[in-house]
Amino acid sequence: MSDHILEMKHIVKEFSGVKALNDVNLKVKRGEIHALCGENGAGKSTLMNVLSGVYPFGTYTGDIVYNGEVVQNHSIKDSEKKGIVIIHQELALSPYLSIAENVFLGNEQLKAKGVIDWTKTHNEAQKMLEEVGLGNENLEAPINSLGVGKQQLIEIAKALAKKVDLLILDEPTAALNDEESAQLLEIMLKLKSQGITSIIISHKLNEISYVADAITVIRDGQTIETLTKGVDDFSEDRIIKGMVGRELTNRYPERTDCPIGDVVMEVKNWNVYHPEDPHRRVLQDINIKVRAGEVVGLAGLMGAGRTEFAMSVFGQQYGQKISGEIWMHGKQVKIKSVKDAIENKIAYTSEDRKNYGLVLFNDIKWNMSLAALRGFFSQKGIVDANKEILMAEKYKERINIKSNSVHQEVGSLSGGNQQKVILAKWMLTEPDVLILDEPTRGIDVGAKYEIYCAINDLARSGKAIIIISSEMPEVLGTCDRTYVLNEGHIAGEIAKEELSQERIMKCIMQDNRKGE
Amino acid sequence: MEKKKTVNLNLKQYGMVFALLAIYIIFFVLTGGTNATAMNMNNLIMQNSYVVILATGMLLCVLTGNVDLGVGSYVALCGAVAAKLVVEQNMSIPVAFLAAIVVGIAFGAFNGFFIAYLNIPPFVVTLAGMLIGRGLTYTLLENKTVGPLPDAYVKVGAGFFMTNKIPFGGGTLDIITIVAAVIASVLVIGAELKNIKTKKKYGFAMAPTWQTGLKVALTLVILWFFFFKIAAYNGIPIILILMAVIVGIYHFLTSKTVAGRQVYALGGNEKAARLSGIDTKKVYFWVYTNMGFLAAIAGIVLSARNASATPKAGDGFELDAIAACYIGGAAASGGVGTVVGAVIGAFVMGILNNGMFLIGLSTDLQKVVKGLVLLGAVTFDVLSSKKKN
Repeated sequence: MSDHILEMKHIVKEFSGVKALNDVNLKVKRGEIHALCGENGAGKSTLMNVLSGVYPFGTYTGDIVYNGEVVQNHSIKDSEKKGIVIIHQELALSPYLSIAENVFLGNEQLKAKGVIDWTKTHNEAQKMLEEVGLGNENLEAPINSLGVGKQQLIEIAKALAKKVDLLILDEPTAALNDEESAQLLEIMLKLKSQGITSIIISHKLNEISYVADAITVIRDGQTIETLTKGVDDFSEDRIIKGMVGRELTNRYPERTDCPIGDVVMEVKNWNVYHPEDPHRRVLQDINIKVRAGEVVGLAGLMGAGRTEFAMSVFGQQYGQKISGEIWMHGKQVKIKSVKDAIENKIAYTSEDRKNYGLVLFNDIKWNMSLAALRGFFSQKGIVDANKEILMAEKYKERINIKSNSVHQEVGSLSGGNQQKVILAKWMLTEPDVLILDEPTRGIDVGAKYEIYCAINDLARSGKAIIIISSEMPEVLGTCDRTYVLNEGHIAGEIAKEELSQERIMKCIMQDNRKGE
Repeated sequence: MEKKKTVNLNLKQYGMVFALLAIYIIFFVLTGGTNATAMNMNNLIMQNSYVVILATGMLLCVLTGNVDLGVGSYVALCGAVAAKLVVEQNMSIPVAFLAAIVVGIAFGAFNGFFIAYLNIPPFVVTLAGMLIGRGLTYTLLENKTVGPLPDAYVKVGAGFFMTNKIPFGGGTLDIITIVAAVIASVLVIGAELKNIKTKKKYGFAMAPTWQTGLKVALTLVILWFFFFKIAAYNGIPIILILMAVIVGIYHFLTSKTVAGRQVYALGGNEKAARLSGIDTKKVYFWVYTNMGFLAAIAGIVLSARNASATPKAGDGFELDAIAACYIGGAAASGGVGTVVGAVIGAFVMGILNNGMFLIGLSTDLQKVVKGLVLLGAVTFDVLSSKKKN
């Protein structure tokens, strides 16, 4: 047998014409811990989904060579039979089933066909739990009685129960605190000593430097380089350089004649607790301000708390025990509902336009008027249907929505045009502050450019704009000033002149180190 | 460059009307014309009035993506309250009606509170409401029928508006009804003209003239056929006026007001509605409170028509009302449906019931047919919208 357990060769995977993976190559040695690094959307998770059969054979091109043989995985079951097990970021546990039941979920220990052998289930589960250092847990307890950290370890026990040879962990420590993370990393090293190969996807580069034997960097769906421990420079700076080293072309329209005015909105000492766990503070002491004509970025990794911040400011739509102050135009305001937020001239467009932004089976004009129904589009509670059509046609022209007419269902529009409908919907509420959460997620370059133009127009007309974006080039290309959020607090504030991807990443990494 | 601004009428919108006519014509043939007699037309109105009233309120619940299972019980309870106050307490009829309406609203608000503010699934809350309401009715009536009710009470459910009959053909014709038909015709034509005028003013797309003409002509033919029949019988039933007012108000509410739009938004995508500044709890609350109000009206009408209140009154009405909404094109997942559709759905069920009764089909088989029609209508709706995508 070769000393490579896995080789992925020339993998190409498209999503409706967009290449998420473009000729990716990955070689993993038997018995090593191999890390995959890259920015959000670089294609790491996609690559792992190809490997584990989430995207079955035939939906991608290229070869997967596993244990020296070309394999064709048609489903997760197929890959699990071969010993490849993936643990996703969202845990696949059934909250009200017991620990023992969860360890063998989908892999039940059977007496006869379809009949569960409970004795064997318990005995085996106990063994697996000991492997991951949870030997003292009550097997009968429901899984939701455990914290996220232990649940993550249960997922590993579950993988062990499937006789795993190649374990894939997608952001295993994203939701864990430092102690839990350390425990998980120790378990990974222990498994390595037992001959189990692991692939880990993580943003926490300090963890990767510690645990990994080799690092493959992916950027824009392509393999950039593979670094080996002991041979290459393994420092965080070196990894970041690989992750972000891309040249910026002018994908961002220039914003000229856009003077920056007075502070429009200021949020002070903002604290928010998790909606289900009143002891878990999600956001701590956040202070930000945004001025008229200014575009402010909120950068940070997934799970840093950016969306949670926006939603909690926008009428307390996230979290509990919210404390802090919101000031608009120098006056403190109380915002307890979305209605209050709209009345105080704040607008928020969600990162998830299909679930939080649009009613897909209704038409463009209907969706556009929804947030401004009570004021702009009605008199004494009666909707002005003519005004609705006229304004929809005006905005369709103004921000260039490509559709047959304003009577077209928004569900049939492309993502970019849907995003424009949402933008129009909130422009119609005549806000002073627009919080745009991932305004260009999943839309093509042309539509992105048009949205940036619309954002520039808004800034020029004196609106204050906050952009939440996981795409660092977007933050660089559009923002006058950027706050970096990390683990629920502001890790830094960077002016336009100093802004670079390295600077943002460094800011996050330094903040992570501080927390240790 | 002048763009061509015409759009064809959306035929799917009128699909249910054609289905209604088709069913009517089939039974016209099967019964040898009996279902088109003046008396039977009058019966169709009277028999279906409460289902129409309930379906109007139920549509709002269905628009939120839920149903109200308790309406049959609220109907019985409110009818019982009104009847008992009039017969046993000698209370004046308007006060008794008001009391029944208050009971209905209170019951609806009770449901609405649990649904909106405590997040209990509407299915469970209204299932409980069904049991509670029925139990209270039996208790209140001590398991007996209360009646007979005075004539002034009965008139609400079985009486007629003032008439002025003249001899016509072999019988009589009510002039007041004919005047009403003329007024209705003028309104239909006037509304269409106004619509055309605004569309011209703003330069909006219009349907071709022949299509609009055909639509108006067909509406007028149906309207005159119907009014002529009831004119030849006994004039305008009071219940028809009540029904027309309720349907008119709720049609306006759902299609023209902010409140109505909010119900559609909630049903279409609750999270998006909330993030658009809609107080979704408030919407749930008033929709279910309103259902209690309309159930009270239906309860008064039903007790009036029966001239008594019985503990078993309104049994199964919730299912007729829900079926009417679905047959009328409302989506079970919420956000789609119209009041007019629900009314048409109610009449589809009504004409089916009536026709099957006239041809002497057993009640057992009638249920089978109704079940199949409901299933067929919704299946057709789901499959045809799937094909479109």
